[in-house]
Amino acid sequence: MKAAVIRFPGSNCDQDCHHVLQHHYGIATDYVWHKETALSGYDLVILPGGFSYGDYLRCGAIARFSPIMKAVGDYARNGGLLLGICNGFQVLTESRLLPGALVRNRSLHFICEHRWLRVEATENPFLNLASPGQTLSIPIAHGEGNYTADAATLAELNANGQVLLRYSDAEGNVSLEANPNGSAENIAGICNAARNVFGLMPHPERACEPRLGSDDGSLIFDSILKTLGVTAAA
Amino acid sequence: MNIYLAPDPEITPEVIDRHGITPEEYERIRKILGRDPNFTELGIFSVMWSEHCSYKNSKPELRKFPTTGPGVLVKAGEENAGVIDIGDGWAVAFKMESHNHPSAIEPFQGAATGVGGIIRDIFTMGARPVFNLNSLRFGPISSKEADAPANVRHNRRLFGGVVSGIAHYGNCIGIPTIGGEVYFDESYEGNPLVNVFCLGVLRHEQIARGAASGIGNPVFYVGAETGRDGLAGAAFASRELTEESKQDRPAVQVGDPFKEKLLLEACLELLATDAVAGIQDMGAAGLTCSTCETASRGGTGVEIDLEKVPRREDGMTPYEIMLSESQERMLIIVHKGKEEVVREIFRKWDLPHAEVGVVNDDGMMRVKVGGTVVAEIPARELADEAPIYHREATPRPAPEPIPCLPAVPVSEALEALLAHPSIASKAWVYRQYDHMVRIGSTVRSGSDAAVFLVREADKILAATSDCNAIYCALDPREGARVAIAEAARNLACSGAVPLAVTDNLNFGNPHKPDNFWQLRESVEGLAEGCRAFEVPVTGGNVSLYNESPEGAVDPTPTVGMVGLIEDEAHVTGSFFREAGDVIVLLGETGDEMGGSHYLKVLHGRKAGTPPRVDFAKERRLHDTLRALIRAGFVRSAHDCSEGGLAVALAESCFGRAQPIGAVVDFGASGLAREVLFFNESQGRVILSVPASRAEAALALAGEQGVPARGIGVVGGDTLSLTADGETTRWEIGGLHRRWADAIAACMSAP
Repeated sequence: MKAAVIRFPGSNCDQDCHHVLQHHYGIATDYVWHKETALSGYDLVILPGGFSYGDYLRCGAIARFSPIMKAVGDYARNGGLLLGICNGFQVLTESRLLPGALVRNRSLHFICEHRWLRVEATENPFLNLASPGQTLSIPIAHGEGNYTADAATLAELNANGQVLLRYSDAEGNVSLEANPNGSAENIAGICNAARNVFGLMPHPERACEPRLGSDDGSLIFDSILKTLGVTAAA
Repeated sequence: MNIYLAPDPEITPEVIDRHGITPEEYERIRKILGRDPNFTELGIFSVMWSEHCSYKNSKPELRKFPTTGPGVLVKAGEENAGVIDIGDGWAVAFKMESHNHPSAIEPFQGAATGVGGIIRDIFTMGARPVFNLNSLRFGPISSKEADAPANVRHNRRLFGGVVSGIAHYGNCIGIPTIGGEVYFDESYEGNPLVNVFCLGVLRHEQIARGAASGIGNPVFYVGAETGRDGLAGAAFASRELTEESKQDRPAVQVGDPFKEKLLLEACLELLATDAVAGIQDMGAAGLTCSTCETASRGGTGVEIDLEKVPRREDGMTPYEIMLSESQERMLIIVHKGKEEVVREIFRKWDLPHAEVGVVNDDGMMRVKVGGTVVAEIPARELADEAPIYHREATPRPAPEPIPCLPAVPVSEALEALLAHPSIASKAWVYRQYDHMVRIGSTVRSGSDAAVFLVREADKILAATSDCNAIYCALDPREGARVAIAEAARNLACSGAVPLAVTDNLNFGNPHKPDNFWQLRESVEGLAEGCRAFEVPVTGGNVSLYNESPEGAVDPTPTVGMVGLIEDEAHVTGSFFREAGDVIVLLGETGDEMGGSHYLKVLHGRKAGTPPRVDFAKERRLHDTLRALIRAGFVRSAHDCSEGGLAVALAESCFGRAQPIGAVVDFGASGLAREVLFFNESQGRVILSVPASRAEAALALAGEQGVPARGIGVVGGDTLSLTADGETTRWEIGGLHRRWADAIAACMSAP
């Protein structure tokens, strides 16, 4: 198995994602520079967190025009597993690889803290090792993670089981208090209709070791490896 | 784009004065040049000889710091930051710097560019920055304090703006801000203190030097284009703030963290090649400082052509280009023949870059516009021979003794202290900082010291910043000694051995003898502390002229201390974890109420003699604490500082969303209740120890000669404190809410 972490100018969680895949899971992982135009031979592609192009104009709005994004789009349309974390999620919505948009947090402040997430759907490549309703503690770190979409889109996401994670409390109650940023219906992560593109605001790569406060994020990477039929080497 | 070569303004006594240059300094300049300076040269001297760049008022004092030690690889003052060995061929570069004046005028950009500047100082050394800290001080933000509502609103705006600015820059560039301190006190009204710290990691062989070596080597300019922003900011920082300072807003620079992220990655990529002979960031005094300092360090000269400097605006004068403090720029001296390596890397990162000059052998900093020489100054004299002033020092009067004060019930006093913004939870602040990127934060924010796992080196570092300025106001020498002791104690509580110190000296106008006395006393106090703990000072920053129309700030010698934790198993947090654990108090409580937050918060007084620190006892305490941690006896360790024992015990309960209670009995104390609960005697630490290990822990402490006794048990829904048979109880949830919500409540108040 081979993974790629796309590096935009301003990506800053690229090294963390690379570390988790390469050293925690022992998976051969390449950095792919945004000026590249080809993307072949990969089983998993990650769009990492950060501030691509300084998040100027709108988060992810410039990155979608990076040369590599055409190859990323083709890769996704061919069914490749694509994971967008935080800024990567923003790039995915800007690129229309996922529906909706991410706007400024309700509080207008950047928020960095561990949050509880409730697993909403498990019949997908990203959470197949989780149980529906299970809660995960994974940190968020964003200023613009407020998910928004029109009513029709939200209805469709719900009907198709494309909402994968919602902000909740530790017991799994989805409430206003448990919503850190004002996201519609507490949505923290969604996938596309084909279920091969997953975007989420929380950072699973920051929750793969108990010493960092939680290893619940590894459930997502473990699920991806299971989907790909890979046993972690490390 | 054209450079405007107008006839220079005439150099009149008024022009000289406006540049902050004294008649004696002007004579010195004439002697160095052998002629009168032109306008550009006068500007160059004015920034290089400002306190900010030359330390002309503080240098004789700074020489008192111990700067050597077995682990010191680059000494204080040698380069942009000191470098300390951490073993296995790895090293750390770290430094603290102030951006007080810019933040007073424009808090968001002022603080943001402060972060940008300190990060450049670190990657200039060849180190990858891995974490930031900060130490912030503002006027009161709580309307409960005796301050005009307009002032309180302004202080909140400054505080909110500074925190957002730090978050904006640090979060974007992807360097976690993992700790620090925030205080609120009237003395910072109108002149907040914004001290920022960055630490980077590197291999010994990667240390980069800021010297222009190799005659004939090309000089490259890389990074952002030069504009008119931040003109002469270093000179601005070396004046008192006045009502008119708002007009100096153009002296505050505007930061672009995205550009700095690219610059950081490009420079580290370039430094990994063999192309670089020397590198220096363009911080204070920009192009001026970087050219003359690299030439001075290299014992060479540097010639640059301003026509080749990437510029943002048309019609800039040589004066403006040389004095601009546009951010995110570096000067790189490249080995001849390796120019294409530089161009290729900076093209990859889409960054402006240009060969602007050459290293020569005549010792001159020569600035040209095409064929015309516009400034020509001996580099060494400019960089290193600023006049040195031995300022007059007059002791301030001894602090007023503690007056007779009305009694406040301890139940109310503890609630008031915990809700005071200086003591209350700082979650409102650190929640806005990305403190988890680089996946190394292993102790949650809010503990005594920040602990970070540096993955590239497989080392665990601890870092803290400390200064109790109330103590320093009452007794600057003792206050500085306490700052070092407290920093070392915080590191010991986390399981770390201290390595080295960086300091940020924030004081008032040094021309006033009582201010200068505070500076001298504090420096000597810090130096005594560093010797006692055998930690060298590896660099730092001096910020003088911290005065508003209301007067000087309290003397604030902020200490940043870095330590190493040998084994991950020794990483220790501040918070109680398990019900049933025994609470152990290390150290002794004296009758020392002076300088306490109790007096400040409950009675509005800064009075009395601050608590004394006994370095021999402190060292014994820290060594014993580390021995207890290594023996596996310690579940949590929390230093006792502002607010005394009662506050420290309450804070120990606040480690999680659902706090845990504690039942404590001090027995017969022989002290008044408020003294026992709230005084700030030094050398005390609160531990929680598994019940099965308590006896062994007390025995080990006893063998080492450290006073230790079991004072209670972790658990329950209340904090219960008993002394001399009298008990006070607080419901722990309510107490926690007061502490947790205080700052957010101030910031959302009208």
